[in-house]
Parts: sequence; C-alpha cells; structure tokens
Amino acid sequence: MAVMTYREALNLALREEMRRDPDVFVIGEEVGLYEGAYKVTQGLLKEFGPKRIVDTPIAESGFTGVGIGAAMVGLRPVVEMMTFNFALLALDQIVNSAAKLNYMSGGQYNVPIVIRGPGGPAHQLAAQHSQSMEVYFYHVPGLKVVRPSTPMDAKGLLKSAIRDDNPVIFIESETLYNVKGEVSEDPDFLVPLGQAAVRREGTDVTVIAYMGMMYRAMEAAEELAKDGISVEIVDPRTLQPLDTETIIRSVRKTHRAVVVEAGAGFAGMGSEIATEITEEAFDDLDAPVARVTGAQAPMPYARSLERLKTPTKEKIADAIRQVCYANGSR
Amino acid sequence: MAKTMTQKAAPGLGLDADLARKLLRDMILIRRFEEKAAEAYALGKIGGFLHLSIGEEAVAAGATSALRPDDYAISTYREHGHCLVKGSDPRRVMAELFGRIDGLSKGKGGSMHLFDKEHNFLGGHAIVGAHLPLAAGVGFAIKYRGGDQVIVCYFGDGAVPEGEFHEALNLASLWKLPVVWICENNRYAMGTSLERALAQTEIYKFGQTYGIPCEPVDGMDVLVVRDAVARAVDRARHDKTPTLLEARTYRFRGHSMRDPAGAVYRTKEEVEREKLRDPILLFRDRALKAGVLSEDDAKKIEKDVNDLVDEAVAFAEASPEPEPSELFTDIFKEPA
Repeated sequence: MAVMTYREALNLALREEMRRDPDVFVIGEEVGLYEGAYKVTQGLLKEFGPKRIVDTPIAESGFTGVGIGAAMVGLRPVVEMMTFNFALLALDQIVNSAAKLNYMSGGQYNVPIVIRGPGGPAHQLAAQHSQSMEVYFYHVPGLKVVRPSTPMDAKGLLKSAIRDDNPVIFIESETLYNVKGEVSEDPDFLVPLGQAAVRREGTDVTVIAYMGMMYRAMEAAEELAKDGISVEIVDPRTLQPLDTETIIRSVRKTHRAVVVEAGAGFAGMGSEIATEITEEAFDDLDAPVARVTGAQAPMPYARSLERLKTPTKEKIADAIRQVCYANGSR
Repeated sequence: MAKTMTQKAAPGLGLDADLARKLLRDMILIRRFEEKAAEAYALGKIGGFLHLSIGEEAVAAGATSALRPDDYAISTYREHGHCLVKGSDPRRVMAELFGRIDGLSKGKGGSMHLFDKEHNFLGGHAIVGAHLPLAAGVGFAIKYRGGDQVIVCYFGDGAVPEGEFHEALNLASLWKLPVVWICENNRYAMGTSLERALAQTEIYKFGQTYGIPCEPVDGMDVLVVRDAVARAVDRARHDKTPTLLEARTYRFRGHSMRDPAGAVYRTKEEVEREKLRDPILLFRDRALKAGVLSEDDAKKIEKDVNDLVDEAVAFAEASPEPEPSELFTDIFKEPA
C-alpha cells in the first residue's frame, strides 16, 4: 500500500496495464506532449513513446471511432476525453458503434475499449463543462459505466475496465484528482466491475452516493451521528451493471433510503435506484425513498448560483432526517 | 487472383479467363442475390429496410478483386454486394436478411448489419459516415502491429457532407494509415442530389485537400475500378498511403425498397439512360468480343449463380428463427 492521489492512482493503473499488455494504448487530445489536460497521463509519453501515447487533433468523433475500429480488430484502446462533456461529440460512435457492434454482429466483433476522463460539477466551469454525463450512457445496453470515488477504486476499476472485453465508460472528476488515499501497488490488484462498496456502516438509514456526493454524504453522516442517527453509505462504484444486491441488502437492514446525485434529478440515477428499492424492498421500507439531486437547471457560472445547483451536505442531512422522521425532533 | 494488377485496362482487356469469369460471376451474384432479396421482401419474408446496390456491382467486384483475403473491408447499409464478394456464404447472408439463426449475425443484424469475421468483413454500418473513423482505426491497428494488410472503406456520396468523412480522411492522412477510401458516388443521397448537398461535387478533390492520392473512376467499368483500387492498395500496403477514389456509379433501383420507383427526385429518362451502361452487360459484351469468355461460359456462370441464389433462399427459409434466449446473448462478450 502507498498513499497517493486519485490522479496518481489512475496514472499507475495506465502504466501497469500498458506494461502488461502491448495492445493497450492511450489516445486523445493532449495526452502525450502536454501530458494530459489534467495530467493523468503525465510521463506516459516518455515511458511508452508516441506509438502508444497518441496525441490527436480536436476530433472527438474521429478519434473515438479510431479507437473503436482498432478495438474491433483486437487492440485495447484507452480513449481520453479531455472532459466528458466533449463525449457528446462522439456520442454516436459510443452509442451506435461501440455499444452495438458485438450484438449486431452476433458476437463476432466485441469492442474492448475504455473511454475515460473527468465529468460532473467542478468549480465555476459553467454550463458546458459541468455535466454529470453518466446519464447519457448507462441507459444504453452494451455499455458499462464506472464512477470511481476513491484513489483505490480509481486504480482497481480502471485496470478492470482495461481488461474487460467490452466498452467501458469511465468517468472521473476534476474535484477528486487531488484526493489522497491508500492505493495497492500490487499490479494484480483489481476492483471488479459491478460491485458496490459500503463506505460506512450504519443501522438507521442507507445513503446511496458516489463521487463528490459520497464525500458530502460522509460529512453529513458524521454530523448526524452526533444526533444519534446511524447512517450507512453505499457507493455503487459501477452504475452499469449496478450492484442492486448490495443496495437492497443495506435497505433491508436500515429500512430507509436516500439517493444522492450531482446531476439534474429528472430520470437520473436516483430515479433508477429509488425504483429498484421500491420494487425489491417495498415492504422493508419505513419511509418513502428520498432523492437529493442537482437542480433541474444548467450549471450557472456565478458562485452564488452554483452553490444552489449542486446538493450540499446540509441538503443531504435534511433528507436523511426527513426519512428518519427526525426533523428537529431528535 | 490475389495479385494486384497495376496496368490500365487495355482494349483487349488484358485479363485471363479465370479473372474474367470471377468478375462476371461476382457481379451477377450480387445482382441475382438482390433481385431474390427484393422478391422475398415483397413477400414479407424480409423486413425493415432493404437497400439494393443493383447497378453498382462493378465497384464491389472490381475493388475486392484487388484485395488479398486477409485484407479488410467495411461498408454502409448498402453492403450485400461488398459482403458477398468478400467471400461470405450467400446462404448465411440470405439467412441474415430473413432474420434467422444461421445468418451471419444469428439474425440480430439484418440487411444493414452484415458482419463476417472469417472473411474480414467489418460490417454493415447504418449511421451515415460513422464507419469512416472505424476504418481509420483498423488502419491504425494494422500499422500498430506492423502488418501489411489494407482496409477498403466503402461509403456513399451522402457521407461526404458529414463531419466524420473529414475527420477520418484527415486522421488517415495525418497518420499515414493503410486505408483505401472508395466513395460510391451514385449521385443521390436518398433523394438529395449531389448538387443539392455539396459545395464541391467533384468528390475526389477532397483527397487533394487532405494531401492524398485521389482520382475519379468510372464505377460502371469493373476493370477500371479494379485497376484504380489495385494501385491504391499497392500504395497502402507498401508505404501506408491512403487514397480517395470516387467511383462514379448509379443505382438502378430506389434508395430502399420503400422507394421503389425513385422517380420523384430523378427522371425516368435519366434512369433508363443510365441502364444503358449496365456494368454487367458492359463487361459481358467486352469479354465476349475480346474472346476471353464464350457465350457458353457466360451462360454457365448465370446458371451456377441462379442455382446458388436459389439454394441461399431455400437455406434461409429452412433456418429457424432465433430462440428467445438470444435476445440477451451478445450484449456483452463474456469472459472465456
């Protein structure tokens, strides 16, 4: 184990997988000479050379398609989106090509590709650079979607994604790149896709949250512990496939659930998880499932408005109190 | 057969009987196969969209004759011909059109999504322009692994105004990828004529923009296509130079079976005039006149192809529909 940042953990995962498998290469804007817009690929050009660290012009659909084509004939590309918002320019390639080829070809052409980069709210990046992009992808059969919250998961999940034989959408966060944590240095360490993690054990209420929202939920849980509310926090880590089993098991124990997501709530991840809980564990619930979501508005630039857009620790704590019927009474 | 031919098509044809037989057979195979498919469509045995390439057979046959079996091809939704001449079993192609389990893709792709890994046929892609970056990616992979294969990428004139045409041509040129771009210019993107879609209607000239060899080619002359593709393949194989070829061709049928007449956006006179340059008749006549093939040869080819296509239809009819469980297989590739 070593303590490193989330950014360093991603970088290590890339290095280890590229050393292990000569078919793995990285392609994207500014990944080589510039060493990555967010420095995730720092030093890789030096170690692996321009054949395997491929700088592209600004042509998201083009270079994503190049990755998909290369994957069809057996290479294992890691495509970097400078920010995931730019993946909209490659949405057709991801949805209509990467996700569909194995199915449309009756299993002849699978697409072992990872498309990774930061997404979600950051700091005053305004409407076009702050979107929680996972919603565009987890709806599509044929895609796996990962949102790693910790440095350990960033490494272990990225390695699993690269080794997976299918397209994996791997969305990081600008706000987490500097988060430090313990990370395994074992090159065989993997975190399997499709397994949630219980971040904090508790008995009164289950909070399902990932990425920055997971950290805010942890802070809210600390505070509520002082009031005698015991919060369990489940981090799905992979949104597709979703580990509903771990979520349901937790809800059966606590009988209450709050789902938190940074993006706008309408038809969001929270809707899906709340539905799963209602369908699978309705009789176990002591209160309706609550959602805490981003406001149904584009991300504003102004700091004052930005604060209103994304769920805060206070809003999460309020929702938890609400499902515990503890508003001001405990 | 796999050797490339670099000389121009001579008046005496300059080709042996085997090659002449193959080219004529491939073109007739596409024609008969698609005529049968149209019949099956009319009977409701084939559903969805069915796009025929009748009139355009010389492009697929000529281009493929310049390839090695280990070279790749990738195409659009009008790809029956490209797939058949790349070597796919017509029975399995027809079964795919019928939506049956013995189809190339177990009936999950249909007419627009033919794939055949055994013959390096990379699909049948039905979002216009989207497969051009994939072709560049295959070229990237060939080069990455130090191979000497090439990929031929067919697309229509309708793909040229798409951004992906330009992104893919730029990347393939910038990175020197072994791609032969073949635009099948049949003058109409569905019902929109070239003049209504492109500021530059001389499509091959976009190759100049991207600094690669390019030329217009008579897409109704199978030998001219073969010759131009052979030269392009040679460049791609030996120094990784991509080429843009604009094969000027014409589809005799509508855009799809739902546009059977195609007479709203083009005149009947135009269609009849173009039919005078039927690539099969043109080549057949020339081969007979040059004495490379006899009438008997030509008749035998037609009979053999007719039998093969009849057999394909019978095979497709007899093949079962996919089991319900197939709905959920192949969404992901499972670990071995």
